[in-house]
Amino acid sequence: MFDKVLLKNMETPGSHLITSYEAHGGYESLAKVLKGYSPGDLIELVKDANLKGRGGAGFPTGLKWSFVPKDTGKPVYLCCNADESEPGTFKDRALMEKDPHMMIEGMLIAAYAIGAEISYIYIRGEYTLSIERVEEALKQAYAKGLLGKNILSTDFSHDIYVHLGAGAYICGEETALLESIEGRRAQPKLKPPFPAVAGLYECPTVINNVETFACLPHIIERGVEWFRGIGPDASPGPKLYCLSGRVRKPGLYELPMGISLRELVENHAGGARSGTIKAVIPGGVSAPMIPECDLDVGMDFDSLAAAGSMLGSAGVIVLDDAACVVRVAMCTMDFFNEESCGKCTPCREGNDWASKVLHRLEAGAGRREDIDQLEFLCEGIFGNSFCALGDAAAWSLGAALKHFRGEFERHIDEGKCPFH
Amino acid sequence: MLTGLEEQIDIIKSRYPTRRSAIMPTLALAQASEGPLRGNILKEIAEVLDVPEIWVFEIASFYTMFHTEPVGKFHIKLCTNVSCLLCEASQIREQLEDRLQISTGETTADGLFTLSTVECLGSCDTAPVMMVNRDYHENLNAKRVEDLLSQLMLQVKD
Repeated sequence: MFDKVLLKNMETPGSHLITSYEAHGGYESLAKVLKGYSPGDLIELVKDANLKGRGGAGFPTGLKWSFVPKDTGKPVYLCCNADESEPGTFKDRALMEKDPHMMIEGMLIAAYAIGAEISYIYIRGEYTLSIERVEEALKQAYAKGLLGKNILSTDFSHDIYVHLGAGAYICGEETALLESIEGRRAQPKLKPPFPAVAGLYECPTVINNVETFACLPHIIERGVEWFRGIGPDASPGPKLYCLSGRVRKPGLYELPMGISLRELVENHAGGARSGTIKAVIPGGVSAPMIPECDLDVGMDFDSLAAAGSMLGSAGVIVLDDAACVVRVAMCTMDFFNEESCGKCTPCREGNDWASKVLHRLEAGAGRREDIDQLEFLCEGIFGNSFCALGDAAAWSLGAALKHFRGEFERHIDEGKCPFH
Repeated sequence: MLTGLEEQIDIIKSRYPTRRSAIMPTLALAQASEGPLRGNILKEIAEVLDVPEIWVFEIASFYTMFHTEPVGKFHIKLCTNVSCLLCEASQIREQLEDRLQISTGETTADGLFTLSTVECLGSCDTAPVMMVNRDYHENLNAKRVEDLLSQLMLQVKD
């Protein structure tokens, strides 16, 4: 039996308050860490746990921390990426609204490991309740001596500030997020240098996702063996999955990493609304869709990569047989076109062009050569911009064309959308 | 326009090692307090933070939540991304346009309602979803939308 840890207390009334969090053992992991571990030990422990970042890229968290150079004479910064904007994703919002102290405790553990004195939580501006709850939680933590100078009477001091986003998807990309905190337009930068070496204000910086931080107190409390005992060896631990679209029981589910996509959709989320699944987008709209015949794939970084898609943010969007793939592809491309920061030409111009062609197809005015044109555009966009936004646009459209070419052809042959 | 906000602006400035970082939070503060960023407000912010005005302008013009044009008393932001699309958000959009007699992107003549479509609001399990000012309205259907609009209109009459 799998015991939930991340969502465990969310149904308790007042779960966002420090009193509730402490009543369930909250901040005991922080005390344990500050009194019993050196920063080096802590980094090794998180490496041993093999925690992979929950923001989308799946980079090993302990390894990321270990890249922070020691004794540069510069301050070290920690950032929490709470700019959750990947369409289909709502896990970080739930964590911040209903259990914000779990994230804060995780941030303090991470800050101690890397030697950071200041953290910024970058929360997207639309998340009004998350912002309110996190601000309130920070005040409570300061009042209890869990933030500020000499935390829990140790030499460790740390301040956390909230920095609000203002409606730009690209801020979820880590170099764009840092540009945004520095007060610039959020346009990604080429790496290297990586943020661990030259990040915020050119200082060593670690950026982790809300859910990644939320895992840390549990790893300290229950141990590395417990964490590694859940899910596949290559990317273990509990995982939050966001189910939406044409599914009977949409919602947030906590289950082991690596659960089969079919089991997740059919057994846990009640299956497709019409009764017949057409395809599933497994990791937010950036992740290529998977047709029904290939749903027996593990929901973890490696299995989905091998299947030609990605775990991403674990925003699982279900398309049933009443859903139009061309319309979904059009909507997705409109999104990437709107959110392209405009810096790189292939992404800025390519997405716009593809969007126009897709609108023509969905309106029933498509031409035979449009499908080849879209494939040509995907090739031109993919791999040719600074960040992953252009790649995601090309990759997701490419999957729709590959698996459902017939549906695109029907739009052209029938001169209308067969579904609307 | 920034009168009365000095103390809060000082707190913002104290949180960052550079003044440039304070631009975004100060714009948000000014907009929350005074409404859309019109007139000399960008210049005033540049002066109070002692940064070039172009730095303030480039932020105000990049991020979609900063408004440099007037918006209605009630700003309706309807999500039309994939999960909401699959749950018939386009019907909600048509209903809003019909009922308010405006197209998306416009404001009603009485200045009460602005209708915008926005990208994912992170509430996909309760699609279709929209925000009115700072509040979420979820699991929308024709009746819920009609009830909400009537209630908002009533609020104004009171």
